[in-house]
Amino acid sequence: MRVTVIDYKAGNLTSVLKALRHVGAETIVTDGDLSLVEAAERIVLPGVGHFAATERLDVTGLTSAIRAAIARGVPFLGICVGMQWLYAGSSEAPHQPGLGHFAESCARFSESAEKVPHVGWNSLEVSKGSRLLSGVEPGEYVYFTHSYKAPVTADTAATAYYIEPFAAAVERDNVMGVQFHPEKSSATGLKILGNFLNWTAEGSK
Amino acid sequence: MITKRIIACLDVHDGRVVKGVQFVDIIDAGDPATQAARHARDGADEIVLLDITATHEGRQTLLDTVRRTARELFVPFCVGGGIRTADDAAQVFDAGADKVSVNSAALANPMLIDAIGRSFGAQAVVVAIDARRDPQAADPVRDAQVFVQGGRKFASRRVVEWAREAEQRGAGEILLTSMDSDGMRTGFDCELTAAVSEAVRIPVIASGGAGTVDHFADVFGRGKADAALAASIFHFGVSSARSLKEELAKAGVSVRLPC
Repeated sequence: MRVTVIDYKAGNLTSVLKALRHVGAETIVTDGDLSLVEAAERIVLPGVGHFAATERLDVTGLTSAIRAAIARGVPFLGICVGMQWLYAGSSEAPHQPGLGHFAESCARFSESAEKVPHVGWNSLEVSKGSRLLSGVEPGEYVYFTHSYKAPVTADTAATAYYIEPFAAAVERDNVMGVQFHPEKSSATGLKILGNFLNWTAEGSK
Repeated sequence: MITKRIIACLDVHDGRVVKGVQFVDIIDAGDPATQAARHARDGADEIVLLDITATHEGRQTLLDTVRRTARELFVPFCVGGGIRTADDAAQVFDAGADKVSVNSAALANPMLIDAIGRSFGAQAVVVAIDARRDPQAADPVRDAQVFVQGGRKFASRRVVEWAREAEQRGAGEILLTSMDSDGMRTGFDCELTAAVSEAVRIPVIASGGAGTVDHFADVFGRGKADAALAASIFHFGVSSARSLKEELAKAGVSVRLPC
Protein backbone atom coordinates (compact mmCIF):
# COMPACT_ATOMS: atom_id res chain seq x y z
CA MET A 1 0.00 0.00 0.00
CA ARG A 2 1.48 3.33 -1.10
CA VAL A 3 1.12 6.38 1.16
CA THR A 4 1.97 9.90 0.06
CA VAL A 5 3.29 11.86 3.04
CA ILE A 6 3.12 15.63 2.80
CA ASP A 7 6.20 17.54 3.94
CA TYR A 8 5.44 21.19 4.68
CA LYS A 9 8.58 21.77 6.75
CA ALA A 10 6.79 21.59 10.08
CA GLY A 11 8.96 19.33 12.15
CA ASN A 12 10.56 16.02 11.43
CA LEU A 13 8.99 13.23 9.38
CA THR A 14 11.34 10.41 10.37
CA SER A 15 9.14 8.86 13.05
CA VAL A 16 5.96 9.00 10.96
CA LEU A 17 7.65 7.40 7.94
CA LYS A 18 9.22 4.71 10.11
CA ALA A 19 5.89 3.79 11.73
CA LEU A 20 4.02 3.74 8.40
CA ARG A 21 6.66 1.42 6.92
CA HIS A 22 6.49 -0.75 10.02
CA VAL A 23 2.81 -1.43 9.39
CA GLY A 24 3.48 -2.25 5.74
CA ALA A 25 3.23 1.02 3.83
CA GLU A 26 5.45 2.11 1.00
CA THR A 27 6.02 5.83 1.64
CA ILE A 28 6.49 8.67 -0.83
CA VAL A 29 7.30 12.15 0.46
CA THR A 30 6.39 15.33 -1.36
CA ASP A 31 6.93 18.97 -0.44
CA GLY A 32 5.26 20.36 -3.55
CA ASP A 33 5.14 17.85 -6.42
CA LEU A 34 1.41 17.99 -7.05
CA SER A 35 1.48 14.99 -9.39
CA LEU A 36 2.34 12.82 -6.38
CA VAL A 37 -0.83 14.04 -4.67
CA GLU A 38 -2.90 13.59 -7.82
CA ALA A 39 -1.71 9.99 -8.11
CA ALA A 40 -1.89 9.29 -4.36
CA GLU A 41 -3.54 6.13 -3.05
CA ARG A 42 -3.52 7.43 0.50
CA ILE A 43 -2.36 10.73 2.01
CA VAL A 44 -0.87 11.44 5.43
CA LEU A 45 -0.36 15.01 6.62
CA PRO A 46 1.80 15.01 9.76
CA GLY A 47 2.93 18.15 11.48
CA VAL A 48 4.08 19.51 14.77
CA GLY A 49 4.61 23.07 15.81
CA HIS A 50 2.72 26.17 14.79
CA PHE A 51 -0.52 26.26 12.77
CA ALA A 52 0.95 29.11 10.71
CA ALA A 53 3.28 26.58 9.05
CA THR A 54 0.29 25.26 7.07
CA GLU A 55 0.51 28.43 4.95
CA ARG A 56 3.08 26.53 2.94
CA LEU A 57 0.38 24.13 1.81
CA ASP A 58 -1.51 27.04 0.21
CA VAL A 59 1.60 28.58 -1.36
CA THR A 60 2.72 25.32 -2.97
CA GLY A 61 -0.72 24.43 -4.29
CA LEU A 62 -0.87 21.36 -2.06
CA THR A 63 -4.09 22.57 -0.42
CA SER A 64 -6.01 22.49 -3.70
CA ALA A 65 -4.44 19.19 -4.72
CA ILE A 66 -5.35 17.60 -1.37
CA ARG A 67 -8.89 19.00 -1.56
CA ALA A 68 -9.31 17.40 -4.98
CA ALA A 69 -7.85 14.09 -3.78
CA ILE A 70 -10.24 14.03 -0.83
CA ALA A 71 -13.15 14.73 -3.18
CA ARG A 72 -12.04 11.73 -5.30
CA GLY A 73 -12.31 9.59 -2.17
CA VAL A 74 -8.61 9.14 -1.40
CA PRO A 75 -8.23 8.18 2.29
CA PHE A 76 -6.61 11.04 4.19
CA LEU A 77 -5.08 11.09 7.69
CA GLY A 78 -3.96 14.29 9.42
CA ILE A 79 -1.76 13.99 12.49
CA CYS A 80 -1.58 16.68 15.24
CA VAL A 81 -1.44 20.04 13.38
CA GLY A 82 -2.35 17.95 10.31
CA MET A 83 -5.67 17.12 12.01
CA GLN A 84 -6.26 20.72 13.11
CA TRP A 85 -5.73 21.83 9.50
CA LEU A 86 -8.87 19.88 8.50
CA TYR A 87 -10.94 22.44 10.42
CA ALA A 88 -11.78 26.02 9.40
CA GLY A 89 -8.77 27.38 11.28
CA SER A 90 -7.12 27.82 14.64
CA SER A 91 -6.84 30.71 17.05
CA GLU A 92 -3.10 29.96 17.04
CA ALA A 93 -2.89 31.67 13.62
CA PRO A 94 -6.21 33.49 13.07
CA HIS A 95 -5.31 34.74 9.59
CA GLN A 96 -4.32 31.31 8.26
CA PRO A 97 -7.34 29.32 7.07
CA GLY A 98 -7.48 25.56 7.40
CA LEU A 99 -8.98 23.23 4.81
CA GLY A 100 -12.46 23.77 6.24
CA HIS A 101 -13.51 20.15 5.72
CA PHE A 102 -14.88 20.32 9.24
CA ALA A 103 -16.68 23.58 9.90
CA GLU A 104 -15.46 24.19 13.46
CA SER A 105 -12.25 25.89 14.55
CA CYS A 106 -9.42 24.88 16.88
CA ALA A 107 -8.64 26.85 20.01
CA ARG A 108 -6.16 26.86 22.87
CA PHE A 109 -7.00 24.90 26.01
CA SER A 110 -8.92 27.07 28.49
CA GLU A 111 -6.97 28.76 31.25
CA SER A 112 -6.88 26.60 34.36
CA ALA A 113 -4.52 25.40 37.02
CA GLU A 114 -3.34 22.67 34.63
CA LYS A 115 -0.29 23.08 32.45
CA VAL A 116 -0.52 23.83 28.75
CA PRO A 117 0.85 22.14 26.59
CA HIS A 118 -0.88 18.84 27.24
CA VAL A 119 2.07 16.44 27.09
CA GLY A 120 2.01 12.74 27.79
CA TRP A 121 -0.03 9.55 27.58
CA ASN A 122 -3.78 10.00 27.87
CA SER A 123 -6.67 7.58 27.40
CA LEU A 124 -9.30 7.59 24.64
CA GLU A 125 -13.04 7.27 24.68
CA VAL A 126 -13.75 5.88 21.23
CA SER A 127 -17.03 6.83 19.54
CA LYS A 128 -19.28 4.07 18.24
CA GLY A 129 -18.66 3.14 14.65
CA SER A 130 -15.17 4.63 14.31
CA ARG A 131 -13.31 2.62 11.70
CA LEU A 132 -9.99 4.37 12.21
CA LEU A 133 -10.02 3.38 15.89
CA SER A 134 -11.47 -0.07 15.40
CA GLY A 135 -10.02 -2.49 17.96
CA VAL A 136 -8.91 0.26 20.35
CA GLU A 137 -10.23 -0.80 23.75
CA PRO A 138 -11.53 1.60 26.42
CA GLY A 139 -8.65 3.00 28.41
CA GLU A 140 -5.92 2.38 25.84
CA TYR A 141 -3.38 5.21 25.96
CA VAL A 142 -1.85 7.34 23.25
CA TYR A 143 0.83 10.06 23.31
CA PHE A 144 -0.16 13.71 23.01
CA THR A 145 1.82 16.93 22.80
CA HIS A 146 -0.20 20.04 21.88
CA SER A 147 -1.63 23.34 23.17
CA TYR A 148 -4.54 23.74 20.73
CA LYS A 149 -7.41 21.33 20.19
CA ALA A 150 -10.56 20.71 18.20
CA PRO A 151 -14.02 20.66 19.78
CA VAL A 152 -16.11 17.53 20.29
CA THR A 153 -18.74 17.27 17.53
CA ALA A 154 -20.76 14.62 15.69
CA ASP A 155 -17.62 13.85 13.63
CA THR A 156 -15.48 13.14 16.70
CA ALA A 157 -14.11 9.60 16.54
CA ALA A 158 -12.52 9.67 20.00
CA THR A 159 -12.69 12.04 22.93
CA ALA A 160 -9.88 12.67 25.41
CA TYR A 161 -10.07 14.69 28.63
CA TYR A 162 -7.55 17.31 29.67
CA ILE A 163 -8.92 20.47 31.30
CA GLU A 164 -11.98 19.84 29.12
CA PRO A 165 -13.18 17.19 26.69
CA PHE A 166 -11.65 17.61 23.23
CA ALA A 167 -11.51 15.71 19.93
CA ALA A 168 -8.63 13.22 20.07
CA ALA A 169 -9.68 11.91 16.66
CA VAL A 170 -12.07 12.98 13.91
CA GLU A 171 -13.50 10.88 11.10
CA ARG A 172 -16.02 11.41 8.34
CA ASP A 173 -15.91 8.97 5.44
CA ASN A 174 -12.41 9.04 3.91
CA VAL A 175 -11.19 12.02 5.95
CA MET A 176 -9.58 11.23 9.30
CA GLY A 177 -7.42 13.03 11.82
CA VAL A 178 -5.73 12.29 15.14
CA GLN A 179 -4.57 14.89 17.63
CA PHE A 180 -2.18 12.40 19.24
CA HIS A 181 0.92 10.84 17.68
CA PRO A 182 0.15 7.28 16.56
CA GLU A 183 3.79 6.93 15.49
CA LYS A 184 4.80 7.40 19.15
CA SER A 185 1.90 5.57 20.78
CA SER A 186 3.32 2.07 20.95
CA ALA A 187 1.12 -0.87 19.88
CA THR A 188 -2.09 1.20 20.06
CA GLY A 189 -0.71 3.77 17.63
CA LEU A 190 0.53 1.14 15.18
CA LYS A 191 -2.89 -0.52 15.27
CA ILE A 192 -4.50 2.81 14.31
CA LEU A 193 -2.04 3.37 11.44
CA GLY A 194 -2.79 -0.18 10.30
CA ASN A 195 -6.51 0.59 10.33
CA PHE A 196 -5.84 3.62 8.13
CA LEU A 197 -3.88 1.50 5.65
CA ASN A 198 -6.71 -1.05 5.52
CA TRP A 199 -9.45 1.55 5.18
CA THR A 200 -11.62 1.15 2.08
CA ALA A 201 -14.78 2.98 1.05
CA GLU A 202 -16.71 -0.30 1.34
CA GLY A 203 -15.45 -1.09 4.84
CA SER A 204 -12.25 -2.41 6.30
CA LYS A 205 -10.75 -5.47 4.64
CA MET B 1 -6.88 11.04 32.22
CA ILE B 2 -3.32 12.27 31.68
CA THR B 3 -0.76 9.98 33.29
CA LYS B 4 2.58 10.50 34.98
CA ARG B 5 5.42 9.31 32.78
CA ILE B 6 8.20 6.92 33.76
CA ILE B 7 11.15 7.61 31.50
CA ALA B 8 13.99 5.14 31.10
CA CYS B 9 17.38 6.80 30.79
CA LEU B 10 20.44 5.28 29.14
CA ASP B 11 23.87 6.89 29.51
CA VAL B 12 25.88 6.02 26.43
CA HIS B 13 29.62 6.31 25.75
CA ASP B 14 31.13 5.39 22.38
CA GLY B 15 27.95 3.61 21.38
CA ARG B 16 27.62 1.47 24.53
CA VAL B 17 25.43 1.87 27.59
CA VAL B 18 27.66 2.70 30.54
CA LYS B 19 25.06 3.48 33.16
CA GLY B 20 21.32 3.66 33.32
CA VAL B 21 18.34 1.48 33.97
CA GLN B 22 19.91 -1.92 34.34
CA PHE B 23 17.84 -5.04 34.61
CA VAL B 24 19.42 -8.24 35.79
CA ASP B 25 18.02 -10.35 32.98
CA ILE B 26 19.25 -8.27 30.09
CA ILE B 27 21.51 -10.28 27.88
CA ASP B 28 23.52 -7.50 26.28
CA ALA B 29 23.57 -4.81 28.94
CA GLY B 30 25.75 -2.66 26.73
CA ASP B 31 23.74 -2.22 23.53
CA PRO B 32 21.56 0.92 23.55
CA ALA B 33 19.17 -0.31 20.83
CA THR B 34 18.57 -3.62 22.66
CA GLN B 35 18.06 -1.89 25.99
CA ALA B 36 15.77 0.82 24.63
CA ALA B 37 13.58 -1.78 22.91
CA ARG B 38 13.44 -3.83 26.11
CA HIS B 39 12.42 -0.82 28.21
CA ALA B 40 9.70 0.12 25.74
CA ARG B 41 8.39 -3.47 25.80
CA ASP B 42 8.58 -3.46 29.59
CA GLY B 43 6.37 -0.41 29.96
CA ALA B 44 8.64 2.65 29.85
CA ASP B 45 6.64 5.63 28.60
CA GLU B 46 9.60 7.26 26.95
CA ILE B 47 13.32 6.68 26.36
CA VAL B 48 16.11 9.18 26.97
CA LEU B 49 19.57 8.49 25.61
CA LEU B 50 22.31 10.71 26.99
CA ASP B 51 25.59 10.58 25.11
CA ILE B 52 28.58 11.32 27.29
CA THR B 53 31.11 10.97 24.49
CA ALA B 54 32.91 14.27 23.91
CA THR B 55 34.99 13.44 20.83
CA HIS B 56 34.25 14.35 17.22
CA GLU B 57 34.42 10.70 16.10
CA GLY B 58 31.97 9.96 18.88
CA ARG B 59 29.35 12.16 17.18
CA GLN B 60 29.15 9.84 14.18
CA THR B 61 28.93 6.83 16.50
CA LEU B 62 26.09 8.60 18.32
CA LEU B 63 24.14 9.17 15.09
CA ASP B 64 24.54 5.50 14.19
CA THR B 65 23.38 4.56 17.68
CA VAL B 66 20.35 6.86 17.46
CA ARG B 67 19.46 5.46 14.04
CA ARG B 68 19.69 1.86 15.26
CA THR B 69 17.83 2.62 18.48
CA ALA B 70 15.03 4.56 16.79
CA ARG B 71 14.40 1.93 14.12
CA GLU B 72 11.99 -0.21 16.14
CA LEU B 73 11.06 2.27 18.87
CA PHE B 74 7.47 3.52 18.86
CA VAL B 75 7.46 5.58 22.05
CA PRO B 76 8.88 9.11 22.37
CA PHE B 77 12.68 9.11 22.08
CA CYS B 78 14.84 11.94 23.40
CA VAL B 79 18.56 12.28 22.74
CA GLY B 80 20.98 14.53 24.59
CA GLY B 81 24.68 15.15 24.92
CA GLY B 82 26.96 17.31 22.83
CA ILE B 83 24.21 19.10 20.88
CA ARG B 84 25.74 22.56 20.40
CA THR B 85 24.05 23.91 17.30
CA ALA B 86 20.70 23.67 15.50
CA ASP B 87 22.56 21.65 12.84
CA ASP B 88 23.67 19.12 15.47
CA ALA B 89 20.04 18.85 16.53
CA ALA B 90 18.87 18.45 12.91
CA GLN B 91 21.21 15.48 12.46
CA VAL B 92 19.91 13.82 15.60
CA PHE B 93 16.28 14.36 14.47
CA ASP B 94 17.09 12.95 11.03
CA ALA B 95 18.52 9.89 12.74
CA GLY B 96 15.17 9.32 14.42
CA ALA B 97 15.02 11.26 17.71
CA ASP B 98 11.73 12.98 18.56
CA LYS B 99 13.26 15.39 21.06
CA VAL B 100 16.71 16.67 21.87
CA SER B 101 17.95 17.60 25.30
CA VAL B 102 20.29 20.58 25.60
CA ASN B 103 22.14 21.66 28.72
CA SER B 104 25.56 23.38 28.72
CA ALA B 105 25.22 24.61 25.14
CA ALA B 106 21.89 26.28 25.93
CA LEU B 107 23.42 28.08 28.91
CA ALA B 108 26.36 29.25 26.79
CA ASN B 109 24.03 30.30 23.99
CA PRO B 110 20.36 30.51 25.05
CA MET B 111 19.37 31.37 21.44
CA LEU B 112 19.98 27.70 20.70
CA ILE B 113 16.62 26.94 22.35
CA ASP B 114 14.82 29.43 20.07
CA ALA B 115 16.61 28.08 17.00
CA ILE B 116 15.75 24.42 17.57
CA GLY B 117 12.18 25.27 18.62
CA ARG B 118 11.62 27.35 15.49
CA SER B 119 12.68 24.55 13.18
CA PHE B 120 11.32 21.50 14.97
CA GLY B 121 8.66 22.79 17.36
CA ALA B 122 8.78 23.42 21.10
CA GLN B 123 7.74 19.82 21.83
CA ALA B 124 11.11 18.74 20.43
CA VAL B 125 13.24 20.82 22.81
CA VAL B 126 14.01 19.58 26.31
CA VAL B 127 16.19 21.85 28.43
CA ALA B 128 18.16 19.83 30.98
CA ILE B 129 19.12 21.66 34.15
CA ASP B 130 21.56 20.39 36.78
CA ALA B 131 20.92 22.29 40.00
CA ARG B 132 22.25 22.34 43.54
CA ARG B 133 20.60 24.14 46.46
CA ASP B 134 22.42 27.29 47.56
CA PRO B 135 22.41 27.57 51.38
CA GLN B 136 23.80 31.12 51.08
CA ALA B 137 20.89 32.37 48.99
CA ALA B 138 17.83 34.10 50.41
CA ASP B 139 15.77 31.25 48.92
CA PRO B 140 18.06 28.19 48.77
CA VAL B 141 15.58 26.25 46.63
CA ARG B 142 14.28 28.75 44.05
CA ASP B 143 17.77 30.23 43.82
CA ALA B 144 19.49 26.85 43.54
CA GLN B 145 22.66 27.16 41.48
CA VAL B 146 22.72 25.85 37.93
CA PHE B 147 25.83 23.89 36.95
CA VAL B 148 27.33 22.96 33.60
CA GLN B 149 30.00 20.58 32.33
CA GLY B 150 28.61 17.61 34.15
CA GLY B 151 28.19 19.54 37.39
CA ARG B 152 31.75 20.88 37.56
CA LYS B 153 31.14 24.57 36.85
CA PHE B 154 28.65 27.09 38.27
CA ALA B 155 26.85 28.68 35.32
CA SER B 156 26.05 31.87 37.26
CA ARG B 157 22.35 31.17 36.80
CA ARG B 158 19.61 30.35 39.32
CA VAL B 159 17.27 27.47 38.70
CA VAL B 160 13.86 29.19 38.63
CA GLU B 161 14.91 32.18 36.54
CA TRP B 162 16.76 29.94 34.06
CA ALA B 163 13.82 27.53 33.75
CA ARG B 164 11.54 30.49 33.04
CA GLU B 165 13.87 31.87 30.41
CA ALA B 166 14.11 28.44 28.78
CA GLU B 167 10.30 28.27 28.65
CA GLN B 168 10.03 31.77 27.18
CA ARG B 169 12.56 30.88 24.51
CA GLY B 170 10.48 27.92 23.45
CA ALA B 171 11.55 24.91 25.47
CA GLY B 172 8.89 22.20 25.53
CA GLU B 173 9.98 20.47 28.73
CA ILE B 174 12.46 20.82 31.58
CA LEU B 175 14.58 17.86 32.70
CA LEU B 176 15.60 18.82 36.22
CA THR B 177 18.38 16.94 38.00
CA SER B 178 19.02 17.60 41.67
CA MET B 179 22.77 17.33 42.18
CA ASP B 180 22.24 17.14 45.95
CA SER B 181 20.08 14.04 45.59
CA ASP B 182 21.70 12.36 42.60
CA GLY B 183 23.03 8.94 43.51
CA MET B 184 21.94 9.25 47.15
CA ARG B 185 18.79 7.08 46.88
CA THR B 186 17.20 9.20 49.61
CA GLY B 187 14.43 10.48 47.35
CA PHE B 188 13.98 13.19 44.74
CA ASP B 189 14.38 16.80 45.83
CA CYS B 190 10.64 17.46 45.93
CA GLU B 191 10.96 21.09 47.06
CA LEU B 192 13.28 21.90 44.18
CA THR B 193 11.09 20.06 41.67
CA ALA B 194 7.92 21.75 42.93
CA ALA B 195 9.57 25.19 42.84
CA VAL B 196 10.46 24.75 39.17
CA SER B 197 7.20 23.01 38.23
CA GLU B 198 5.15 25.82 39.75
CA ALA B 199 7.26 28.50 38.05
CA VAL B 200 6.68 27.24 34.50
CA ARG B 201 3.73 26.01 32.42
CA ILE B 202 5.68 23.29 30.62
CA PRO B 203 6.19 19.74 31.95
CA VAL B 204 9.00 19.08 34.41
CA ILE B 205 10.81 15.75 34.45
CA ALA B 206 12.36 14.99 37.85
CA SER B 207 15.70 13.26 38.08
CA GLY B 208 18.11 12.26 40.81
CA GLY B 209 17.71 10.52 44.11
CA ALA B 210 15.16 7.76 43.61
CA GLY B 211 15.68 4.81 45.93
CA THR B 212 12.21 3.38 46.44
CA VAL B 213 8.84 3.27 44.70
CA ASP B 214 7.54 5.70 47.33
CA HIS B 215 10.05 8.27 46.16
CA PHE B 216 8.35 8.31 42.77
CA ALA B 217 4.91 8.68 44.34
CA ASP B 218 6.32 11.52 46.41
CA VAL B 219 7.79 13.48 43.49
CA PHE B 220 4.56 13.09 41.49
CA GLY B 221 2.60 14.36 44.49
CA ARG B 222 4.50 16.81 46.62
CA GLY B 223 7.11 17.47 43.92
CA LYS B 224 4.45 18.25 41.26
CA ALA B 225 6.57 16.47 38.65
CA ASP B 226 4.94 15.51 35.35
CA ALA B 227 7.42 12.73 34.67
CA ALA B 228 10.35 11.06 36.40
CA LEU B 229 13.56 9.61 35.10
CA ALA B 230 14.28 6.08 36.24
CA ALA B 231 17.93 5.13 36.44
CA SER B 232 19.17 1.90 38.00
CA ILE B 233 15.58 0.86 38.63
CA PHE B 234 16.48 -2.59 39.95
CA HIS B 235 17.77 -0.97 43.12
CA PHE B 236 14.16 -0.27 44.12
CA GLY B 237 13.19 -3.93 44.12
CA VAL B 238 11.19 -3.78 40.91
CA SER B 239 12.19 -5.51 37.72
CA SER B 240 10.75 -3.18 35.10
CA ALA B 241 9.03 0.12 34.45
CA ARG B 242 5.79 -1.88 34.28
CA SER B 243 6.14 -3.22 37.82
CA LEU B 244 7.18 0.24 39.04
CA LYS B 245 3.97 1.61 37.50
CA GLU B 246 1.90 -1.20 39.01
CA GLU B 247 3.21 -0.24 42.43
CA LEU B 248 2.55 3.44 41.72
CA ALA B 249 -1.02 2.68 40.64
CA LYS B 250 -1.61 0.99 44.02
CA ALA B 251 -0.36 4.19 45.63
CA GLY B 252 -2.97 6.16 43.69
CA VAL B 253 -0.71 7.62 40.98
CA SER B 254 -2.26 7.79 37.51
CA VAL B 255 0.03 5.84 35.16
CA ARG B 256 -0.26 4.19 31.74
CA LEU B 257 -1.44 0.67 32.53
CA PRO B 258 -1.75 -1.85 31.00
CA CYS B 259 1.29 -1.06 28.91
